[in-house]
Amino acid sequence: MTTNGSSYGSTTAPTALAASQQGEAPILGARKKILVLGATSGIAEATCRIWARQGASLFLVARNADKLAAVAADLRVRGAAFVDTAVADLDDTEGHPALLAHAINSLAGMDVAYLAHGVLGDQTAAEQDFNTAAQILHTNFVAPVSLLTWLANYCVQRHAGVLAVISSVAGDRGRKSNYLYGSSKAGLSAFLGGLRNRVDREGVTVLTIKPGPVKTAMTSTMKGSEKFADVDKVAQTIVNAVDKRVDNLYVPFQWQPIMFVIRNIPDRIFKKLNL
Amino acid sequence: MPPTTPPNGLPDAPAPFESWGRYPTYQAKVLPVHWQNDFPKVAAGIHDGALPVGMGRSYGDSCLLKDGNLLVTTSMNRLLSFDTTTGLLTAEAGITLGQILDFAVPLGFFLPVSPGTKYVTLGGAIANDIHGKNHHVAGTFGCHVTQFELVRSDGSRRLCSPTENPDFYAATIGGLGLTGFISWATLRLRPIVSRMIDYEGIQFHGIDEFLDITRQSQHVEYTVSWVDCASTGKNFCRGVFMLGDHSKVPAELKPSPEPKLIFPFDAPGFALNHTTVSLFNTVFFHKQIKARVKALQDYEPFFYPLDKVLRWNRLYGKRGLLQFQYAIPWENAREGTVAILGEVAKSGLASFLAVLKAFGDVPSPGLMSFPQPGITLALDFPIKPDVTFPLFERLADMTRDFGGRLYPAKDAAMTASQFQTFYPQWEQLARFRDPLITSSFWERVTGDKLAL
Ligand SMILES: Cc1cc2nc3c(=O)[nH]c(=O)nc-3n(C[C@H](O)[C@H](O)[C@H](O)COP(=O)(O)OP(=O)(O)OC[C@H]3O[C@@H](n4cnc5c(N)ncnc54)[C@H](O)[C@@H]3O)c2cc1C
Repeated sequence: MTTNGSSYGSTTAPTALAASQQGEAPILGARKKILVLGATSGIAEATCRIWARQGASLFLVARNADKLAAVAADLRVRGAAFVDTAVADLDDTEGHPALLAHAINSLAGMDVAYLAHGVLGDQTAAEQDFNTAAQILHTNFVAPVSLLTWLANYCVQRHAGVLAVISSVAGDRGRKSNYLYGSSKAGLSAFLGGLRNRVDREGVTVLTIKPGPVKTAMTSTMKGSEKFADVDKVAQTIVNAVDKRVDNLYVPFQWQPIMFVIRNIPDRIFKKLNL
Repeated sequence: MPPTTPPNGLPDAPAPFESWGRYPTYQAKVLPVHWQNDFPKVAAGIHDGALPVGMGRSYGDSCLLKDGNLLVTTSMNRLLSFDTTTGLLTAEAGITLGQILDFAVPLGFFLPVSPGTKYVTLGGAIANDIHGKNHHVAGTFGCHVTQFELVRSDGSRRLCSPTENPDFYAATIGGLGLTGFISWATLRLRPIVSRMIDYEGIQFHGIDEFLDITRQSQHVEYTVSWVDCASTGKNFCRGVFMLGDHSKVPAELKPSPEPKLIFPFDAPGFALNHTTVSLFNTVFFHKQIKARVKALQDYEPFFYPLDKVLRWNRLYGKRGLLQFQYAIPWENAREGTVAILGEVAKSGLASFLAVLKAFGDVPSPGLMSFPQPGITLALDFPIKPDVTFPLFERLADMTRDFGGRLYPAKDAAMTASQFQTFYPQWEQLARFRDPLITSSFWERVTGDKLAL
């Protein structure tokens, strides 16, 4: 899809969402109710396995039905109390309200929303073609803003909830090798910062997750991947951060000082670097 | 600074891929396969041959394809269903046996058959129809695989079981990955009540004592022996016979801790020589001070003593190691074992890991399965170009003359004529081969190059 002409929906909370909020404020204990957007991504899957072992209830959203079915089956076998799924293209912002209402109804409430979808995109193509660039921005920035707007309002009404969102260290500074991906994540990080500032006093946590390169099982044979972070450790760190209601998370934590340095390299030097 | 997630595209630069023996090493393109339906899609873009691989724990070139494409399955590790009444577990083929244990042991279930490392995949275990310390009672791994899905490069998918597509079922168990891509499989797990093993270690002095203990321990589920192959004279063929049964005393089924040690570098060439191995063997033999010890032991050290040190294959240095494993039928088992161990002792090349075991007569459903009733011996040799290969060839010829055969999963050196004598069924397997799939091993031992 392109960003041209698509409408981003109305700004009032849909009644279905309002109606689905019942019961008292959830406790982030073992039986969390978790909505996962982009559930077939490597990091999301690893995180969900830990939640499943804890006996959480999960609602999984992804684009591909076969992949989603395999991930859902795995989480059921691993001990999730309840797993439901919906096949959806999250680029379709118009579909968001109905999708979220359906998910929250299915879970009978929601304690955590975990946004893990995103695309790396083709930087070289995006440099030549605005439509490619717009697509990356739409998937990584506009669509999350749409989802988070609904989800934040839902949580604010309940005075509870954690919105855990995967951004990226790449958003901390634009680099020539992937500045479209980076700028979409920079926008997302800034949005999350502002959203946190707004909803924190309402009892809602916004967790910005900035992973460095992660070794998922699929990259384990790639050159240099020995130095990548282990996806299961990254997942455990994310689970802990959700429980502790952390605001910002660099995983692994070493990326925090690294990015501090990278952010502070003067442009006159930075522009000469091949990053 | 690399991107947060690895590129979704496939890496196109060939990279060296090492099998466990680290010999030979070939350049190949490594293509990770993440999902059950990926194989035909990936295959569509390949014109220079492909081979599915798991953890690369085969020693030689059966998990290698020179200048071809290695379809690495390890991210396909999802559990698809588990029935706690029957123990039937269905999982994607890239799951490792260790990952299965992590899931199943706390629920009171164990693998029906396990090799000497837990770092192998379900698909790899089927493709080599692996055996364990319980072969004499349980048969091979394939005996416990009730069904699996085989995906071919043309996009066709077959459910294979003893009753559905039984020909593909038989060809794929022990089929060296050549018949197609195993996407998922169903395995029958066995119940346990404790993590612990009732262990017994018995010293033996010579082959006859080994055979006596073997006869007397037919009722014990797990039996295996370590043999000192560096000693001659009165210590010839001494060793430690190890027996184990799952403890019947119910206990808490805790999950396993993670291994910590990683062998950090390639050892220099002289690290494993006759002297150090003899020394090790003497210490190992006498470590067990009494002729007989009994103990309650956790299953991890019992089954996987070497897994505690990840990448211990570096101990053999950069040149790598050659493994030699034979199975010789009962009528020649004693004579053959004495002759081969004698030849090894004479060569001055000592094997640090020498494992002796009796195979039972439970038939495997697989066409090309390695085990047969008799004795099996596995030896690891550091590669010394002028010495190791000629020795290996002599040992392989002796094995053939005793009516035995070698294990393709552990091989990097047997000749085409040796292989074809060992496995006359190879031509039948060739008929089931997926046209896109081949391996360096297969090309070496059959001369059957991919027609591309
Ligand atoms: C320390 C150690 C101890 C061992 N002990 C034993 C033992 O006691 N008994 C024993 O029998 N073996 C033993 N082995 C050998 C090992 O069990 C086998 O080589 C096993 O097959 C390795 O599995 P893998 O996942 O690493 O497969 P790989 O080595 O990567 O591949 C093995 C074969 O499986 C095929 N394959 C893998 N996945 C698929 C798939 N999805 N579809 C189709 N084909 C596939 C490959 O093409 C290849 O032919 C041992 C190995 C080590 C390193």
